[in-house]
Amino acid sequence: MKIIVCAKQVPDTNEVKIDPVKGTLIRDGVPSILNPDDANALEAALDLKDRYPGSTVSVISMGPPQANYMLRETLALGADEAILLSARAFGGADTCATSTTIAAGIRKLGGYDIIFAGRQAIDGDTAQVGPQTAQRLGIPSVTYVQKIREIKEGSVIVERQLETGYEIVEVQTPCLLTCVKELNTPRYMSVVGIENAYKAEITTWNEVDVNLKPEDCGLKASPTQILRSFAPPPKGKGEILSGSVREMAQSLVAKLNEQHVI
Amino acid sequence: MAVKIIKDKCKGCTKCVQECPFDAITMIDKIANIGAKCTNCGTCVDVCPFGAIESVVEEKKGEVDISLYHDVWVFIEQRHGVLANVSLELLGEGKRLANEIGCKLAAVLCGENADAIVEEIFEYGADQVYYANAPELENYTTDAYTKVIYEAILKYKPEVFLLGATHVGRDLGPCLAVQCGTGLTADCTKLEIDPEDKKLQQTRPAFGGNLMATILIPKHRPQMSTVRPGVMDKPTRVIGKRGELINLDVNLKAGDIRMKVLDFVRELGEKVSLTDAKIIVSGGRGLGTGGHTPEEGFALLKQLADRLEGVVAASRAAVDAGWIDHTYQIGQTGTTVKPTVYFAVGISGAIQHLSGMQNSGYIVAINKNENAPIFEVADYGIVGDLYKVIPEILEALG
Repeated sequence: MKIIVCAKQVPDTNEVKIDPVKGTLIRDGVPSILNPDDANALEAALDLKDRYPGSTVSVISMGPPQANYMLRETLALGADEAILLSARAFGGADTCATSTTIAAGIRKLGGYDIIFAGRQAIDGDTAQVGPQTAQRLGIPSVTYVQKIREIKEGSVIVERQLETGYEIVEVQTPCLLTCVKELNTPRYMSVVGIENAYKAEITTWNEVDVNLKPEDCGLKASPTQILRSFAPPPKGKGEILSGSVREMAQSLVAKLNEQHVI
Repeated sequence: MAVKIIKDKCKGCTKCVQECPFDAITMIDKIANIGAKCTNCGTCVDVCPFGAIESVVEEKKGEVDISLYHDVWVFIEQRHGVLANVSLELLGEGKRLANEIGCKLAAVLCGENADAIVEEIFEYGADQVYYANAPELENYTTDAYTKVIYEAILKYKPEVFLLGATHVGRDLGPCLAVQCGTGLTADCTKLEIDPEDKKLQQTRPAFGGNLMATILIPKHRPQMSTVRPGVMDKPTRVIGKRGELINLDVNLKAGDIRMKVLDFVRELGEKVSLTDAKIIVSGGRGLGTGGHTPEEGFALLKQLADRLEGVVAASRAAVDAGWIDHTYQIGQTGTTVKPTVYFAVGISGAIQHLSGMQNSGYIVAINKNENAPIFEVADYGIVGDLYKVIPEILEALG
C-alpha cells in the first residue's frame, strides 16, 4: 500500500501567552511541534505499514525551511520519506491556496492508496485543508475519522465522529481521511529511528518543482484576506454576582452567553 | 492585499519585528524583511513609526463579477427530519445580515421527503427555500451534498453562504469552497456587514483563542463562513409564515457518490477526557454539606455538565473523601486543565487545586463561604448554596 500523510509544524498554542499590557502574543520560547492531530494521522499510516508489509509512508508538509525539524521527527517515528513544500511564493496562503500547493505536491509524489491528514491544526483550527486537498485531487474524503474498521479491495470502512455518536462509512480508495485523536495513540521515536532521521535528506520542492505558477500559490491565490487581527478583549477583574439566587443564575448564563463560551 | 516594506523609509527600529503576531518579520542588513509566515494582517503597517510599511492591492486569481451575486443563503442541517439548532441560529443571523445588505434570506435544504421542515424554515424567517429532494440525500454524504449544492450556487449565485461549524458543516463547507473557487472562514463568532460596500466581515478566534482575526473575501463569491454553534440568536418562530419554494434539480449519476453511510450509532455520555473538555464542572467538599449526600451533588453537576456538553471533575478533598475516583481529580496531584469554562462548585480553592485550573478561560465559582480563596481567581462568583444555585442555572439555560 502506498500511503501519504499531510503534516504541519505549528507553534504549541498551549504555550502561547498574551502580553497583558500590549495585548500581543508572546512568542518567545514557544516551541514548534508536529500538529497533534497530524501525529494521529501519521500513526494511522505507520500502523497500516506494520500490518501490510511492503507499504510505504511519505510525509508531505508546506511551511518554512524550519519545518524540516518536524519532518525529521516523522522519519524518526518510521516514515520512509519526507517532502517539504517551501518557497516564498507559497507565503501568505489561506486554506484554499494551501490545498492547491499540497495537492500539487501529492500529484508529483504519484500514485497512492490512502492519504491521511489531521482533522485540524491547532494554530488555525480551520479543518479545511484536508477535505480541500481531496477536492483538488478529485478523490473522496471522510473527515473526523475515529476508527478504521476494515481495509478492503478498492474501499475502506471507517467510523466518522459526529456530535451525537458516529457513522460507519464505506469509502472508495484512493481517498483522503482526516483523523481525530480518538483514532489511536501515537508511538514513540526509536533510538535507531532518531539516528537515521538525523542523517536523512529532506526533499524540498518549490512551486516550479510541483508545476505551479507563482500566481496559483500563496497570497495571490488566496480568496480570503485578513482585515485586522487583535487580542480578544481582556477579561477584566472577577465579579461577584448579586441579587436573588435566580437573578444570579440568570445573570451568569447571560454573561457566559455574551462571551460565546457556552 | 499584501504588505510591503518601503526600503528607503525603513530605519531598522525593529518595532514591526516585535509586534508582528505571526513572527514573520526579520531584519536583513538592518532593514525589515517580510517572510513566508506573513498573513498580511496589517499590524506592522499600523505600528511602523516611519510609514515604511504599506498595504498594496494585488490581483488575485478566480475573481468574479461580484455584482451578479445576490442574497444570503443558509445551509440547513437536518437528521431524520429534525433541524439542527445551529441552522435556526443561522436563519436568525442570516436574516439580520440580509436586512443590512437589503436582500433576501434563502435556505438550502437537502433530504428525502423533508417537506415538513420546509414549512418550519419559512416560519423561522427564510424568504425562500431551495429544496433538493432525492433518496440519495436522505443521509449526509460529502459527495452528494457537495454536487447538488454546488450546482445550485452556480445557477442562483448567492453572495453570502453560511453553514454551522458542525461535523457536517465543517466537512461540506471546505468542499463547496473549492468547487466555487472561493474563500471560507471557519468557526466565525461574529459576522458584520460593512455599511459602505455591503461586504461581509467575518471574525473568528485563532491561535487557540489567543488572537481574533477579522477576515474579508473581497473578490470571490459567495462569501462563505462556518459559524460556531450557540453563538448566534435563534429567531422567533412565526406560525403560518410562508415563502417561495424552489425545487432544485438533482442530477446524481452512478459514480458521483463514492462513499456510503452503512450505519449511524448514537452515543451519549462522556467521551471527552478532562484535558480536552471545553467545559468542566468540578465539585469539592461542599457537595457533602447541608444534609445532602455527595452522590446527589455529583448527579447535579453531571446534569449541568451534560447540558453544556462538558465533563465532571473533582477537587482533592472530594477524591480523598472517597466520593469519586482519582482520575477525575484536578490540581497539582491530579490533572491540569485549561477548559473554556471551569465551574468550581463547593470548592474552597486550595493552592494545589488552583495550580491545576487557573489558566481556564472563564472560572465560575459557586460557594457558600464568601471568603473562600476560589473567588480570588473567579471571573464570576456566586455566593450561595450550590443545591439551590445549580438548579437555577439549569433553569436559566432552558
